Amino acid sequence: MSQRIVIAGASMGGLRAAERLRAGGFTGEIVAIGDETHLPYNRPPLSKEALASEVVHEAVAFRLRPAVADVTWRLGVPIAAADLAARVVRLADGTELACDGLVVATGMRPRRLPTPGPAAGRHVVRTLEDAAALRAELRPGPRVLVIGAGFIGCEVAATARLLGCPVTVVAPEAVPMLRPLGADLGAALRRRHEAEGVRFLLGRTVGRFLGEDHRTGVPADGDAPAATEAGRVSGAELSDGTVVEADVVVEAVGSTSNTEWLDGNGLDLSDGVLCDNALRVEGRSCLVAVGDVARFPNPRYDGVARRVEHWSIPTDTAKRAAVSLLADLGHAAHDPAPFAPLPTFWSDQYGLRIQSFGAPALGADDIRVLEGDLDGEVVVGYHDGGALVGVVMIGLPAAVSRYRAELMRAPVTV
Amino acid sequence: MKIIVDMDVCKDHGQCVFSAPEVFQISDSGRLVYESEADESLRDAVEEAADVCPLQAITVEG
Ligand SMILES: Cc1cc2nc3c(=O)[nH]c(=O)nc-3n(C[C@H](O)[C@H](O)[C@H](O)COP(=O)(O)OP(=O)(O)OC[C@H]3O[C@@H](n4cnc5c(N)ncnc54)[C@H](O)[C@@H]3O)c2cc1C
Ligand code: SF4
Repeated sequence: MSQRIVIAGASMGGLRAAERLRAGGFTGEIVAIGDETHLPYNRPPLSKEALASEVVHEAVAFRLRPAVADVTWRLGVPIAAADLAARVVRLADGTELACDGLVVATGMRPRRLPTPGPAAGRHVVRTLEDAAALRAELRPGPRVLVIGAGFIGCEVAATARLLGCPVTVVAPEAVPMLRPLGADLGAALRRRHEAEGVRFLLGRTVGRFLGEDHRTGVPADGDAPAATEAGRVSGAELSDGTVVEADVVVEAVGSTSNTEWLDGNGLDLSDGVLCDNALRVEGRSCLVAVGDVARFPNPRYDGVARRVEHWSIPTDTAKRAAVSLLADLGHAAHDPAPFAPLPTFWSDQYGLRIQSFGAPALGADDIRVLEGDLDGEVVVGYHDGGALVGVVMIGLPAAVSRYRAELMRAPVTV
Repeated sequence: MKIIVDMDVCKDHGQCVFSAPEVFQISDSGRLVYESEADESLRDAVEEAADVCPLQAITVEG
């Protein structure tokens, strides 16, 4: 009898899983279920080029290889629950779908600030609809308040400046992109943003949003609501009392795993889905996870299970997870090789190409400039016990393969 | 198999180079150079290069 694999989540991880299952010779049925209404598309442009020009699916859609032409896409309907022992998923419309194998690829959603205040004018950026809604408000040059100084916050700030908006960035850290880059490089990037006109108010959080709260009809700031459109945010009061006036607020304060549909199956869902090194969810047969939601140990480093929200990870994990699943389903041999991907990340801000290889955060105590200088093109090395564990480069494309090769050279111990 | 890279979109990340070094290279001046025709035996590598390009600038035809 023909087997069926269900892929939960129809984005990059889900697409790559389908491709790898077909490449591995699986000829049974593949059903990919996604709560978004679109076929898989690429998210990084949503804070960069697409946000700067036009947010449409055609511009960011992934190409579909002929090999996945017969995948069934059930779009616009979330999976509500799963019974893993019975191997059944239940969709929000009541449909139940039995499967022989299940791929968890439900990714993340943006964390929202619990801060009270009006809802209109407050944005996040994860989906095409999010980016389109933000794009529609980024003209003609409103005042933009970005909350969060991570990569997505800084990219949105750069794009909003490009569109001529006055931009303020508020975040609790003292330096933008502190965790992934370290203090010196983060400070150097702050200088570049400031040179482009971005104002940073760091070491602060948002106390409350200003503007009339349409749910109560009461002005949240105590002033007459005359100047504000009903229910629209007009700024924020920060933890130190500073008032920032703004027409558009973007919350870029991290993300939460989409795993509620797996509740009730006895899994550790405290931070994504816990996987073994072969991407099997807690070692269970015929159940794998890929992409942002997969928490897996990487023997290239310390073997601690972590989620990695890098664009390279859906592709890498899908490759390995497909082999595990096909082995469990009896279509392939088990692969004993350790899975040790080299995490790869990039960011574009004002035409600066920032590239990260390896695990800089694990080498945060020993950061050295290896080449160039922090305010120009630069290579920064992150070391653990004297060994290079991560590299971040700005520019210098001709040097990429040299540093990447050096990071790959370290032996992988299991 | 024909390979087209939209050089207006390409930002010389060099990711494609790691998947298919026979076809894609970064020159000493830091720009992408590539072969516009590749042998069928390189199809998997070239398809992978197109997949991993951060800008999705690579098109494979035929
Ligand atoms: C704005 C933005 C910019 C980024 N820029 C970069 C960058 O420059 N460089 C970089 O390396 N990375 C970047 N990333 C990260 C990168 O895009 C992610 O790592 C990647 O999208 C992860 O893919 P995924 O398939 O694992 O998860 P997702 O893309 O989150 O896909 C999960 C899918 O599952 C769906 N889903 C969730 N729950 C359910 C359910 N119950 N039922 C059905 N479907 C469900 C979701 O709606 C979604 O479609 C960026 C991300 C964003 C949002
Ligand atoms: S990976 Fe894409 S952007 Fe980078 S050099 Fe290759 S084609 Fe250009």
